[in-house]
Order: sequence, then structure tokens, then C-alpha cells
Amino acid sequence: MSVDTTEAPLAPPEAWRAPLSPTVARFEIRYSRFLDPKGKPVRPLPDFAHDRAELVALYRAMVLARTFDTKAVALQRTGRLGTYASALGQEAVAVGVASAMRPEDVLLPSFREHGAQLWRGVSLVELFLFWGGDERGNDFAKAREDFPVCVPVGTHAPHAVGVALALKLRREPRVAVCIFGDGATSKGDVAEALNMAGVWHLPAVFVVNNNQWAISLPRSRQSAAETLAQKAIAAGFDGEQVDGNDVIAVREAAARALAKARAGGGPHLIEALTYRLSDHTTADDAGRYRSSAEVSAHWSEDPIARLRHYLVDNGMWSKADEERLLADSADSVEAAARHYLATPPPPPEAMFDFTYAALPKDLAEQRRAALDIVEQ
Amino acid sequence: MPEITLVEAVNLALARAMAEDPEVLVLGEDVGTEGGVFRATEGLQKRFGDERVIDTPLAEGAIAGISVGLAAQGFRPVAEIQFTGFIYPVIDQLANHAARLRTRTRGRLSCPLVVRSPYGGGIRAIEHHSESPEAMFAHIPGLRVVIPSSPARAYGLLLAAIRDPDPVVFFEPTRLYRAVRERVEDDGEALPLDRCFILREGSDITLISWGAMTRETLAAADRLAQEGIAAEVVDVATLKPLDSDTLLESVAKTGRVVIVHEAPLSVGVGAEIAARLAERGLVSLLAPIARVTGWDTVMPYPRLERHYLPSETRILDAARRVLAYQ
Repeated sequence: MSVDTTEAPLAPPEAWRAPLSPTVARFEIRYSRFLDPKGKPVRPLPDFAHDRAELVALYRAMVLARTFDTKAVALQRTGRLGTYASALGQEAVAVGVASAMRPEDVLLPSFREHGAQLWRGVSLVELFLFWGGDERGNDFAKAREDFPVCVPVGTHAPHAVGVALALKLRREPRVAVCIFGDGATSKGDVAEALNMAGVWHLPAVFVVNNNQWAISLPRSRQSAAETLAQKAIAAGFDGEQVDGNDVIAVREAAARALAKARAGGGPHLIEALTYRLSDHTTADDAGRYRSSAEVSAHWSEDPIARLRHYLVDNGMWSKADEERLLADSADSVEAAARHYLATPPPPPEAMFDFTYAALPKDLAEQRRAALDIVEQ
Repeated sequence: MPEITLVEAVNLALARAMAEDPEVLVLGEDVGTEGGVFRATEGLQKRFGDERVIDTPLAEGAIAGISVGLAAQGFRPVAEIQFTGFIYPVIDQLANHAARLRTRTRGRLSCPLVVRSPYGGGIRAIEHHSESPEAMFAHIPGLRVVIPSSPARAYGLLLAAIRDPDPVVFFEPTRLYRAVRERVEDDGEALPLDRCFILREGSDITLISWGAMTRETLAAADRLAQEGIAAEVVDVATLKPLDSDTLLESVAKTGRVVIVHEAPLSVGVGAEIAARLAERGLVSLLAPIARVTGWDTVMPYPRLERHYLPSETRILDAARRVLAYQ
């Protein structure tokens, strides 16, 4: 279909509106940013950002996520990892959100939130195992209640509603945090989830990791809505936009949303505006649908460089600090990759043993047959 | 010990499960104040409160999806899908999430949920209210598909489904909701899952069925008995995982088989049963297996319904052909 939504008029002509009718609802969507792309503050920073240790922790987490990302792509390119969804350029969304969560909160991520998973305590080895095609990568040693990556787009949004409902029914001051992409906002699952979260006033925070591209479909063709944040308005709760490449803005918004949800204030939606600097996955060639000039232009918004500029400008980060961090991150990632590559695949019976809590007789026979083949 | 209907047995089992386990929740469209469109959840919200019997917005996919979230958090949600014709969005949540959460997390998270839905034809309902889609669910690894055929089995099997640590789809034959009454003791005793029930013993022919079709099947067995033919009637009850052993034992005894189901013929659960019997029971078989099923048509509107649903006559015709085969 060649209908170009970007060409549509911004508002219908007055003639199309109901005449002499009162306005019964109005809404607004706010946008927040603390650091501009060069790392210059555009407004006073939130309290946590005055603490060097806090900012350095965010910076380290983003660098670690990118180091993992780079290694994962390299392993895939050399046939040692499965198809991989890079989060290049989107580290601030994942790290900003996760850093505002408490350990007892529950994360329900999409497939481009490695930075959030790492912050939550999922290990580099577990991430490599998952992307390397091994279910054991989802058996997190920490963050035991967090959901694994959700591959079918947006279908985990109702899970977050269920988790949040469970937390509310138990009167626990915990929050379910669900991250999905811009494409997911077109799905019924997300609309249904937001609606239920609103009706039941649940402790849930939804984050749209809006990287402008759903494989080949640009944001402009995904929805005619001016913002994706306003999808929350239709569900009866607040939505807002943040600069998703400003980790301070993401964390500040997430912290507010989490505090509100924890205090019984109901759900919240954050649309984090970022940009996918990578292909959709290692199986994709973005050159088929977007120009390299567009991608290059977005490198100037790089969230890692942005925070580094701020840290350096304010005397909080030295060249030596940077070199040490890069070396440490590389060491951690290389060690995890070695561990992953040295991990033998699970035994074939594992695919049977976790299908049900107890192996049904019918499946036990198939299990025996599978093992017979292995032994031959 | 009163005689109750199948829908009352469902209600009794739900109340029992909720009383004995505070983690059991009932949710769905109109299940609370309304008590369910078939009254399966009648009185439950009054007794257990609106935090345990939850009226949801109208969104079947999300009803299943939030059940996944609740179950992963340790609750035991029992979700009602109002009619089976509206259950297809639920398949996404069951196939992609509920049925595989245990294996993909290597047991870290699991999904002890039940999806209940009224099922099958014969009540002269509007379109989308009479389908039998059990095969679509039986094809999903990690799921259990259970269909009761009497008030007592509805009570015992639903209790078992709710207590089961894995996801169960529980189809309740709408045609049987109020058709028969039976003594059901509210003793909290579950019936076994993954097991067929022998409804009648016999040595001449095996009639295999489930759900509402067990009625016509039993009626056909009665007629055969009048002719001196002892038909064994097996209620499969749990369609996945399949209890092949009971089916094979029966066939070893009779050598002749008719499979009866309401769902369409092609790729139905009857095909799976026939294949199992052929694979492992061929030497016992004295005649080709016959299937009496719904047709490979869209479920017709009520005026043609009786031409779609397997009748006692069709079952008898098939049984006589199988019995006559030399």
C-alpha cells in the first residue's frame, strides 16, 4: 500500500468536527531531556545525577552492554552464535530503566534489552547461552522472577499485567516493568494490556523502546498517532516521551513512574525515543530500506558518547578511567564468551524433561526413542 | 449427596479448589457479578470476593496473557473463555508462552493455569458458539487438553486440572451442561489426568469417544447390546497427552474400533488415535478402524446442526461395518 501517513493533514478541517459540541477530554504528552547530544545539560539535573558514582555506574553498564553486543555480533558472524538482535545505540533505554528498578521488581523485556538484563543480574554467560541457542541461558541465577526475552512481538505485555495484578493482590510494593518496541504498539496484545492495567490501576510501567524502525517499517508508517506515549491516554493513564539516548532522562522518568506505581498511583507509559544503529538482527540488511546517511547522522546522538562528554566536561572521567573500563569490559565479555563456547550442549533428554513438571508416559516413550537414536 | 448437572459440577469444583487453595483465582468475561453466561461461576464472587473472582475487560488474548503472568507469580488462574469460537487469540498465548515457559526457562518459571471454555454443538446456538477445536490445542507440546463427559468427571477432572502444575485446556461440552444429573460427592477427590475412562466393558468392539459424543456412543452400545454385541466404550478424557495403553489394551481385547468425535475428520484427534492403534496394535486389529466425526465443513448454523453432529445411527452403521468385516 502506498498510502503515506506522513502526508496526512495534522488535524481535520474544522468542517469535519462536530459543530457546537463541548470538548470532553484533553490530553498532553511531555518530552524530557537533561543532556543534549554533546553532553551539555539543558536543565538542572535530577539529584541522582549529582553523584559521580551513580553516573559512572550507568556509564559502565552501557559500555558493558555495547561490549557484549559487539562480541555477540562477532560470534554470530563467525558461526558461533545464533541470529542476534543488536541493541547498538539503544543502551540508555535498557540501562536507564533497569537502574531505576528495585531488585524485587519484575522485568519483562523484549529482545533488545541486554543492558537491562545485565543490570538486573543476568550474567554475560547466560546471555551468550540464550543467543547461542541454549535454554539454560534463561535459567537466571539471579533475577529469578524476571521473564526471559519475548520474541513474539508485544505478546509479553499481558504477562506484565498478570504479574502486576499478582503483586497488587498480594499488597506487595513491587512493580512489573515491561519493555517493548515501537512496532509492538501496533499490536492488540499491547492495546489489551494497557487497557487492563488502566482499568485495574496496576503497579506496571510500560516502556516503548522506540528505535524508529520495526525491521523495515519506519515509525511514520507504524502509527498515525503523533506520539506512541499517548496510547496510555486511551487506556486511562499517563504517558510521556523521553530522549531515549539520554540515560539520565530515561532513569529519571523511570524512577518517577516506578515511585508512582509503587505508591499505588497506577500504571505509566514511557516512550523512549532512540535509534537502532544496527540492522534489525544479524539476519537483516538494513541497507535495503534505509540510507547509510540516515544511520550515520544518528551516531551523533550516541548515548554512550553523550554521557562520556558530560563526565569528562565535569572532571569526573579521565582517559585512564576510560581505558581501564574498556579493558575490564572486554575482559569480562571475553571470559564469558570463552565460558559459553566451552559449555557443551545440554543432553538431548533435556528437551523432554522440562516440557511438563512430570514426564507423561506418552512422552517418556518418545524420550526413550530419542535417546536410542543418540546411542546408535 | 445431591444429583447435579455438569455445569453445577464445574461450579462445585471451582468452589472447592478456591476454598482449599488461596492461590486459585477465577477470571474472565462476566464471571463475577453475572456468574458466567452459563452460570458456571455462579455465586463464586459473592463467596470469595472480587479479588479472587475477577471480571475482566473483553479481551480473550489478554485473559490468557495475564493468566501467564499470574501463574508465573505463583497464582493458579482459572480463566474462562466465554465461547470456544472466541478462543483462537488464546492459542497464541498458550503456544508461544504458557505451554513453553517451563521448558524455555528450564523450570525456573512455570504456568499452572487452566483455560476453561464451553465447547461443542447441539444447543442451537448462534455461529461461533458450537465449534470443537480440540485438535488445535492437542497439537501444542506442553499443554494438556481435557474434556469431561459427565458431572462426576467434570468435578474430578477440573480439580485435577487446577492442581496440575502445567497449563490445561478444559473444554466443557455445552450440550451436556444441563442434559444429565448425576450424584457427585464434593469430597475434593480429583480424577486422574492422562488416563482414559472405560465407561462400559465389552469384548466385541471398542467405541472410542470423548465429551458430549459419549452419549450417542453409549446409546449405540446399548443398541448393540440388545443385539448381543458387547461394545467397550472408552472416554479418552485427556486428549493430550494420550493414554495409548488403555486404548491398546481395549483393542487387544476386541480387535475392532470405531472412533467418534464431533470435530472435523481431517487431522482430528481421531486420526492420532487411529495412527497409534495402527502403529502398535495392528496385529490385534481384525478390521479397518472406522471414524465417525463431524464433516470437514464449517460448523453449520443450527438448522443443519443435526446433519453435522455424529448420530447414534451413524455410529451404529460404522460399528456394524467394522463388525461385519472378515
